[in-house]
Amino acid sequence: MEEWKVAGALVLGLACSGAWAADPNLGRNLAAGCAGCHGTDGNSVGGTASLAGMPRDRLLARIGEFRSGAKPATIMHQISKGYSDEQLALIADYFASRKPAGGER
Amino acid sequence: MSIGRREFMQGALGLSALAALHGCAATGKGRGHVVVVGGGFGGATAAKYIALWGGGIRVTLVERNAAFVSCPISNLVLAGEKQLSDITLGYEGLAKYGVTVVQDEVTAVDADRRLVRLARGGDLAWDRLVLSPGVDFLYDDLPGLQPVAARQAILHAWKAGPQTVALRRQLEAMPDGGVFALTIPKAPYRCPPGPYERASTVAWYLKQAKPRSKVLVLDANEDIVSKKGLFMKAWADHYKGIIEYRPQSELRDVDVAGRTAVLEFDKVKADVLNVVPPHRAGDIAVNAGLKLVNQRWVDIDWLTMEATGTPGVHVIGDAIFPAPTMPKSGHMANQHAKLAAAAIVNLLSGLPPPDAPLVMNTCYSFIDNISAVHVSSVHAWDPATRLVQPVKGAGGLSPAPTEAEGRFALSWAKNIWADMLT
Ligand code: HEC
Repeated sequence: MEEWKVAGALVLGLACSGAWAADPNLGRNLAAGCAGCHGTDGNSVGGTASLAGMPRDRLLARIGEFRSGAKPATIMHQISKGYSDEQLALIADYFASRKPAGGER
Repeated sequence: MSIGRREFMQGALGLSALAALHGCAATGKGRGHVVVVGGGFGGATAAKYIALWGGGIRVTLVERNAAFVSCPISNLVLAGEKQLSDITLGYEGLAKYGVTVVQDEVTAVDADRRLVRLARGGDLAWDRLVLSPGVDFLYDDLPGLQPVAARQAILHAWKAGPQTVALRRQLEAMPDGGVFALTIPKAPYRCPPGPYERASTVAWYLKQAKPRSKVLVLDANEDIVSKKGLFMKAWADHYKGIIEYRPQSELRDVDVAGRTAVLEFDKVKADVLNVVPPHRAGDIAVNAGLKLVNQRWVDIDWLTMEATGTPGVHVIGDAIFPAPTMPKSGHMANQHAKLAAAAIVNLLSGLPPPDAPLVMNTCYSFIDNISAVHVSSVHAWDPATRLVQPVKGAGGLSPAPTEAEGRFALSWAKNIWADMLT
């Protein structure tokens, strides 16, 4: 436990001094917010589209259509406006990197 | 409730078998042991995601019930549209992530010694603890409901399970022309639109089966707390003459034998009286001595979900003092769980927690057996207030109830249950 505390303090110190790189898990963490409706890692168990393995550009194009209203939606137009372009790009990268689970979806 | 140090040590020493099983992460292999208390929307999600993201972190989920029963969709069980089995799921799916599920109840937390005590005897040691205890009800100001027998007659059905089935039976036994009265506590309470959804789905059932009956909503609040316009329109369109809504009608007591709600200036007799009592953070969080806001809700740090002043103890779900405009919902608990999971995985690796948490919420509500409406919101970290704040321009309401949203509500439920448990 003590070692952990020391290590944590050192890292926190680095973070505070600005030497900390961007969070490598940010895309994963943001994408986890979509799982409630699109399934864990984007593997839907039914009723919504699976996002796992969706090419980045396709996902971003769909989101763009929801945001502009070009594609009518029940909810995605409201949700997608809560994320910045940078955040959506990270989310799209993350889902594109996920393996679609086999079987009928 | 604090446990004597000696008593706790004896418990720990007496349990070498359990200790060997669960070990102490600081001395064992891997990256630590996390104990999660409570297997609802928050706790089950936290257990799964810590195991999924944690690469070697051992996770034990302690849950007192054998299976999970979902509050969302339970108002369709009251309507007779769904069965309890449709909203009940087992915990066995968590094994494939490496989560150990222990069916037991945590009776005490020792944050200094990093132990929890189990009702069946023995202690579990942890490096980080996640409490997702939901809510417990406050009967202090409702003398009539203090006897246990009274609470078996006047149901809350605000935790899904046996009470859901029992309330459904009361509705089935109610004569045509009877009155179903539902009392709503002052906000904040679990699931802001839930009581109005319940009024709607029960009214739908009564309209089919017992059309001369009434639904009386006795609300302690000034006005409908959530989705007001949508519910008012649905009630006017579909349940005129069935649903009667009375704001500022706080319950003062219950005459159990007379099935009568005692209000400040009035007494309301019902054939089925459904009391949702005021509530607060689940007992285990209160008894652990965590810092509470308004003596009810656990104050937390949004970067880690740790209880303020109690490092190492993370609290999620309905038990926390919410960030501005954030509802107490299953969806929110699922999101809290992922913030806690990401923070815990980092902290156990000696890394700082993620510095820009973001969560989103959706609550679907049925207005009959098949049509639903939603409210959604996105909440992002604001360094100035150190809270997650609603993102302006995002989220919103359905324009009107639709069957399409009814289908999405059911697929939401399936996907979020799977996200927790399978
Ligand atoms: C509350 C449930 C919910 C959440 C949370 C949610 N979605 Fe959706 N998503 C839907 C629904 C419902 C649709 C169908 C369009 C509509 O009615 O809004 C959809 C459609 C989509 C589509 C179009 C799929 C296709 O091929 O047609 C994409 C892409 C998408 N969502 C991405 C996301 C991303 C990314 C997130 C997380 C930032 C997310 N969704 C979060 C419910 C949700």
